[in-house]
Amino acid sequence: MAKRFNIRMAGVGGQGVVTGSHILSTAVINAGGESTIVPFYGSEKRMAPVESYVRVSDEPIYEIGEITFPHIIIIFHPQVITHGKSYTMPFYFGLKEDGIALINNDGPMNLHRDQAAELKERRVKLYYFPATKMSLEVAGMDLATNMALMGCIGAITGLTNMVGLDQAVKDRFLGKGFVVSGGTAALDSVVERKFKKKQELIDKNVAVMRAGWNYAVDHGWAAPDVKRAEEPVVTETATATA
Amino acid sequence: MSETEVKTNPQGDPITSVAPAPSASKKDPHGEAKRQRVVTPEYMFHEAPRTKEFITGSEAAKEAVRRSNVDLAIAYPITPQSETMQLVGVLYGEGYVKEYYRGEEEVGVMAAIAGGSRSGVRCYTATAGPGTLRGLEGIASWPGHRLPAVAMFTCRVVNAPLAIQPDNIEVSYLLNCGMIVFHAENQQDMFDFTMAGFTISEKNDVTLPVGVCCDGFFVTHARGYVRMQDRGIKLPPREAWRGAVPVLDAENPPARLSRDAPVQKSNFMAYNIHAVWQQEVWAAVERSRKYIDRYMGGLLTAENVDDAEVLIIASGSAAAQSREAVRLCKEKGMKVGLIKVRSLRPFPTKELRQLCGKAKLIVVPEFNYVGWLAKEVATAIYGFSNAKIIGGPRVYGGQSMPVELIVDEVESGVSGKKSTNVAMSQIMGGVNPDEVAHFMRSI
Repeated sequence: MAKRFNIRMAGVGGQGVVTGSHILSTAVINAGGESTIVPFYGSEKRMAPVESYVRVSDEPIYEIGEITFPHIIIIFHPQVITHGKSYTMPFYFGLKEDGIALINNDGPMNLHRDQAAELKERRVKLYYFPATKMSLEVAGMDLATNMALMGCIGAITGLTNMVGLDQAVKDRFLGKGFVVSGGTAALDSVVERKFKKKQELIDKNVAVMRAGWNYAVDHGWAAPDVKRAEEPVVTETATATA
Repeated sequence: MSETEVKTNPQGDPITSVAPAPSASKKDPHGEAKRQRVVTPEYMFHEAPRTKEFITGSEAAKEAVRRSNVDLAIAYPITPQSETMQLVGVLYGEGYVKEYYRGEEEVGVMAAIAGGSRSGVRCYTATAGPGTLRGLEGIASWPGHRLPAVAMFTCRVVNAPLAIQPDNIEVSYLLNCGMIVFHAENQQDMFDFTMAGFTISEKNDVTLPVGVCCDGFFVTHARGYVRMQDRGIKLPPREAWRGAVPVLDAENPPARLSRDAPVQKSNFMAYNIHAVWQQEVWAAVERSRKYIDRYMGGLLTAENVDDAEVLIIASGSAAAQSREAVRLCKEKGMKVGLIKVRSLRPFPTKELRQLCGKAKLIVVPEFNYVGWLAKEVATAIYGFSNAKIIGGPRVYGGQSMPVELIVDEVESGVSGKKSTNVAMSQIMGGVNPDEVAHFMRSI
């Protein structure tokens, strides 16, 4: 049977919902899987609702368009639930039975009792994951919230790995076809300075991602056979083959 | 061309925006196009090696035009397909299309395509939604005037409340024009159907326009894998001199444009002429079947249909969703077959009668309110199949169809449970004659 996850991500403008979904999608493809993405948003402004739909599978995907009945929902910001900042109301609308709701919050939220009852009825697995806190702790900034969530969901689905995720972050920030090699020294100083800055950015993002990955493994959320990503992914080896 | 002379398009606009930078002055910007080699359609469609690229539906249409030896393309860009004609404009800059201009609106564009085709050149245009309906006066007259051309319709909402998302209700307006109508599921279909369209359109025993439809944004703005032949080869040019209808010649009117000019007075002969004319148009639609079989591999594709008691019949994006529904049904232990209708005109009546003979349940999901495909299917297999036909689920206004809705219909159809998403009036068949009567009243 095909491993297939339809994932609906909901967050607010500025959190990198679309970027996160791009990175997950690319990471799954990097790891030999299949994936498609459909972003959905209105006027682009901070704190305005954003949704992104990612399909990941180990078989070809034909389906198109928005995801109404997801297997997994990822809530990037508690305001999606508390303020209704979402195109989908309530936030779990259409979530399949035995589905997963991964929510970025520092601990369980007080959901309305009707909603809590409905989620229980559908046997939804509620995973509260402190992604923003993790981003602040590991990278010293909250901007890598999406990376923590993508690392976490990568481990939950088991359709990619840290090498694939690491490579996807590089693709995103360095552009496809950028080859990191021993010839870095040959680059002129401007490019090198720029590169160093970007390398730092990538390293931090990947570190947050790995922390998210391990959080999922440690809490027993990860797919079978998914292990902790203990040692830092060595960037040189990951890109030398690119 | 002297150095001061500025190259312009027929409307006087400088074409520097699409021409290569002046630094390439030594290199002929049309060089690559001039080096294109003509191959036979048989080689192009069946033998030429292909390479896979990940491109949008608009880009797929552009690449098809590049290999189709197109003489004239007229653009009136309307969302969501504006990119297509813009990209064809780039082809004009590169010399792959001989003539290209922007029309003022769709009435003018469709009339000009008629003029272009009548003068013997290969024509291409594209439009969408309200543009299709605005141009429909011209489009509806093309078949009767026996004008070969290819038009692409990237469907969008046309009924109120208006939106720019895909809803393929406009296809139902095209079905009765007398033109050939294909419905593309994905980017690959856009590419293949467009190229095959030119070839089929110009066959002497066809000589009809071809419409290639797809469901707007889902195909035009999304990327998919497209397997394409080398860009160094192209189809043979249109050979109007050997066509069934002589090219436009002021001294030798090639076709009768109105029935009984100048007074439009009718009499028996006039009606007779009209009947003969229309019969011949639709006979030509019938004659195109063999070419659709030859160049496109059939009017439909069937997957997993052997001994299947449940069939999903779909076209366009609904076929993509249905393919996933078949997979979900398989996981639930239900054997479901999928028939994708590629050609709506001519309609695969004979093929459906054959394939649906043993079916007990047929589900027809659609991206429009009226369910034109369900009506076509019901009409085609009436008397040849005892299957219960569920004309749904349907989504409209540009909504994506959740695959789960299709699975629901299969399950409720099999179990006999009442469907929650499909109205009784959309269901035909079963043993209850009242239901049949109700359905027939409703269509």
